[in-house]
Amino acid sequence: MTAGAAARSIVRRGMFLTAAALLGLAAVYLLALQYTPVEARQGLAQKIFYLHVPSAWSALLAFSLVGIVSGLYLWLHDPRLDRFAASSAEVGVAFSAVMLTTGPIWAKPIWGTWWTWDARLTLTLFLFFLFVGYLALRAALQDPAERARFSAVVGILGLLLVPFIHLSVYLFRTLHPQPIVLKPSAPSLPPEMLRTLLVSTLVFTLLYVGLVTMRYGLALAEEEREEAGDAA
Amino acid sequence: MPESVRLALVVAAKDIRAELRSRTALLSAVVFAALVLVVFNFARDPTALSATDLAPSVLWVTFALAAMLALNRAFTVERENGALDGLLLAPIPREALFAGKLLANLAFVGTVEAVTLPLFVLFFNVDLGAALPGIVAVTVLATVGFVAVGTIFSAMAVRTRFAELMLPVLLLPFMVPPLIGAVQATSRLLAGRPLSEMLGWLRLLALYDLVFVTLCTLAFSAVVDE
Repeated sequence: MTAGAAARSIVRRGMFLTAAALLGLAAVYLLALQYTPVEARQGLAQKIFYLHVPSAWSALLAFSLVGIVSGLYLWLHDPRLDRFAASSAEVGVAFSAVMLTTGPIWAKPIWGTWWTWDARLTLTLFLFFLFVGYLALRAALQDPAERARFSAVVGILGLLLVPFIHLSVYLFRTLHPQPIVLKPSAPSLPPEMLRTLLVSTLVFTLLYVGLVTMRYGLALAEEEREEAGDAA
Repeated sequence: MPESVRLALVVAAKDIRAELRSRTALLSAVVFAALVLVVFNFARDPTALSATDLAPSVLWVTFALAAMLALNRAFTVERENGALDGLLLAPIPREALFAGKLLANLAFVGTVEAVTLPLFVLFFNVDLGAALPGIVAVTVLATVGFVAVGTIFSAMAVRTRFAELMLPVLLLPFMVPPLIGAVQATSRLLAGRPLSEMLGWLRLLALYDLVFVTLCTLAFSAVVDE
């Protein structure tokens, strides 16, 4: 079984990358607690920023890639694209769950409320629901080709839904902190904080790559199992 | 009349004719919408919240729920006796087939909305007055977009085991922008605000229709063709 070996080696590579990312995550915790200064107004609550923002970054990266790859799938019909989209959606849901739990933990002491219907919160919540639906649809379909086509359609429609949800909820006044790094003027952060955030973003990106690689290998192994079962 | 438009109308006419012969789905959807309105009236504390404050949300949640029920029907009827396979074997471009299904669904959802609106006026004692043409226009703008997405999703959902559950889970996130836009525009219309105050929302609704009707028409063949 050479094919099974290929899947195993992909999973192994994914595990290696994930382990490296988890070591990096430990370093991020150390940096956040020891290296960065305590924010003057928010105090220690601000430390969650080093996890919240990078997990939001990874979730959005994951979902954007699902949308783009879904479009490519409808064009090229390559099963690898479908496998990648499924893996990325699953990992994206995990990262957005981290984002949606760390957010309220921070918001309670700072905003005085766990949740508010702010533009960015609403958008990410609906993205989360959208991709939970995407995964539910995948789970409810038996035929692999059909599953791939249907989920690609949902993926690409989802990509186009994002600007609409953003536009419609943005018209409500936004409470979320404004961008402080990705904005036209220079980042308004002390260098220690900025460096830690950048390290953490890199670590979370690596974690995304590692988890998706692992999930991709598992999906490949599952498919091979199904095919072997069908043949027998 | 271009051939594809004629074919789309043929498909739509087939669906509408089938619906008019039994009328069960249409009647159930209308009764359902009326019941939602009644339930809403009792789910509100009349001493704390006046009916008019709640009116736009009630109207749109009712429309959304009734539309969801109606959309489930679109492809479940095609599943029986392999009707969809027959339809796909017919020499109809997929775009025309989708347009026909969309038109039939719009007729269906539109009828339910047309019956719900007077009931809403009656139950919630809302004075539509001069706002009526505006509300009709907003309803059309908002409905076209989410019915287009709902049509393609219902074609997918019938292939799953829990179609009645799968459709709302997939469709509700897509209903958010049209619903927000429609509720905002409706409440401004009911308050008699000038058109300029809701122009942004109307543009959003129109853009949504344009993007999703086009995209769903193009993507439909990926859903029905093996």
